Amino acid sequence: MNAYRFRSSATRVAIYAALIVGAAAALFPFVWMLLTSLKSYSEATIGTFLPKVWLWSNYPQAWDAMKFFPRYLGNSVFIALATVLGVLVTSSLAGYAFARMRFPGRDALFVLVLFTMMIPGEVELVPNYILINRLGWNNTYFALIIPWIAGAFSIFLMRQFFIAIPDELYDAAVLDGCGHFRFLVEVVLPLSAPALITSALFTFLGSWNSLEWPLLVTTSQAMRPIQVGLASFVSEAGTQVQWLMAAATMTILPVVLIYFVAQRWFMEGISTTGLKG
Amino acid sequence: MSLVKPLVTVTASATPESRRRRYDWEAYLYLLPAFLILGVFHIWPVLNALYISLHTGPTVRLAYAGLKNYQTALGSEFWKSLQITLYFALGTVPVTMGIALVLAYLLFQGIRAKGLFRVIYFLPYITSTVASAAVWAWVYDPQAGILKIISQRLGWPTFKWLIEPRSLARIFEGLTNVHLGLPAWAQGPSLALVAVIIFSIWQYAGYDTVLFLAGLGNIPGELYEAARIDGANRFQLFRLITVPLLAPTIFFVLIISTIGSFQAFNQIYVMNQAAAQTLGGPLDTTRTVSVYLFKTLWESNDPGLAAAIGVLMALIILGMTLIQFRLLGRRAQAA
Repeated sequence: MNAYRFRSSATRVAIYAALIVGAAAALFPFVWMLLTSLKSYSEATIGTFLPKVWLWSNYPQAWDAMKFFPRYLGNSVFIALATVLGVLVTSSLAGYAFARMRFPGRDALFVLVLFTMMIPGEVELVPNYILINRLGWNNTYFALIIPWIAGAFSIFLMRQFFIAIPDELYDAAVLDGCGHFRFLVEVVLPLSAPALITSALFTFLGSWNSLEWPLLVTTSQAMRPIQVGLASFVSEAGTQVQWLMAAATMTILPVVLIYFVAQRWFMEGISTTGLKG
Repeated sequence: MSLVKPLVTVTASATPESRRRRYDWEAYLYLLPAFLILGVFHIWPVLNALYISLHTGPTVRLAYAGLKNYQTALGSEFWKSLQITLYFALGTVPVTMGIALVLAYLLFQGIRAKGLFRVIYFLPYITSTVASAAVWAWVYDPQAGILKIISQRLGWPTFKWLIEPRSLARIFEGLTNVHLGLPAWAQGPSLALVAVIIFSIWQYAGYDTVLFLAGLGNIPGELYEAARIDGANRFQLFRLITVPLLAPTIFFVLIISTIGSFQAFNQIYVMNQAAAQTLGGPLDTTRTVSVYLFKTLWESNDPGLAAAIGVLMALIILGMTLIQFRLLGRRAQAA
């Protein structure tokens, strides 16, 4: 596995030291967020390192101060789950067609899918905003979900995974009287858990963390996802920085929990799709 | 599976051939849902953006305006934004990639806790930009931020970070009383933009590290062994094997980071808000092209001009990608 090992222990110590400095830099803002979220206002602004009194009550207070917090959270959970479900359906169907079916224009259409990955989202912003307005979808879940239930990344991921499934399995399934659809549902999908999980994770992450689009298409607070809510709380909270840090912690928490449970899939997804395009 | 296997071998010669001969027309049904969404929301809008960019008026009623929007878009406001975007890209991409290369290379030296380090480095990438940018804005806070408190205790000069519109050159001149006399374009980014740049490096260094680690992992170990048998030293191994074989990965990361840096929006939006600034930051010195586009659409309600900015931006990104392909792509492919 390792290319080569550094033998000298001094080099080894230096390597670990550099890596630990990197880790500290990555972690410090999170530590500072947690510590600030547990301080009183005066302590937070004086800049003591550890809180003298650990004020856990900041969390319920932040929850109340950010009026629609549960609603924002609920919106985000619903939007993210619906988007993931949509993406899994559209991309496993499309990925299957590209991987295992023969039809005129297949390669051209696949190139078109890859091409959408290269389009900067900014070009789409204005036309999509106008389209949503014309459809009367402002302040609806449709606007927040429908445009995102298909994505080139997931289609590409599925195709790469499905293409590696041995032809013999399909031949056997045909002999059992199985068509493409049943083969996809009963054989391919159960074998493709890694691709499905990776696609689900990245889609969830993208949906949960998106800001610009929901900012444009939601004006009513009740329809806003958590990121938009948090972004406006940034100015609403004003000087109550301990509440802001508590709200930030609560916003990050679901994703961090998912990440620690599923980090293997994140890394594999990046390693397999990021590089072989 | 063992039950059907004999059957497969019997028919193996016939089945693939018959399958190869005819088309699966039902494939189009499988593609329909994905292409409906991609077509309506991600392919058609590109053409539609061209159409809208030739029109003027509020969102509901567009009137034909010819190339007027492009004339406006190419005015001084756009160039100012483009310059800020270039500062942002030049400030983030090389530094982030440099840090990531070093971290990945070190992690690759048979480090015991490699997995743990990787998980930690990747954390800033997965957490929401809104939350982490709010935290960084608090770190930068000119009244009570930790940076100010530490600098004060150490007797160092303190800075206003996110609310500081002065350029790096000006701040340097102010601190040292040296007059640099640089032309306007060479003054460097405002300190507010530097603050956003530092945040973005923090956010993406771990992501690039994971990509580089994957690239390093794809280099066959036998190559190193063979070279070592031939008497190559550690530096030669790095220069003659690691660098050329990692080149495609480096090239890929360069392209996606450049594109990504041109689209930076969320962190700027949040950090401007946290510093009680209007969108665009102090004296608009953090108003990148994508922020300018958003403001044009959202605050000025001018979709035609916003679309024109979007089209120009797409052309610039496309042009840069092509240039990078021309300059580096062939070498990366050859490697």
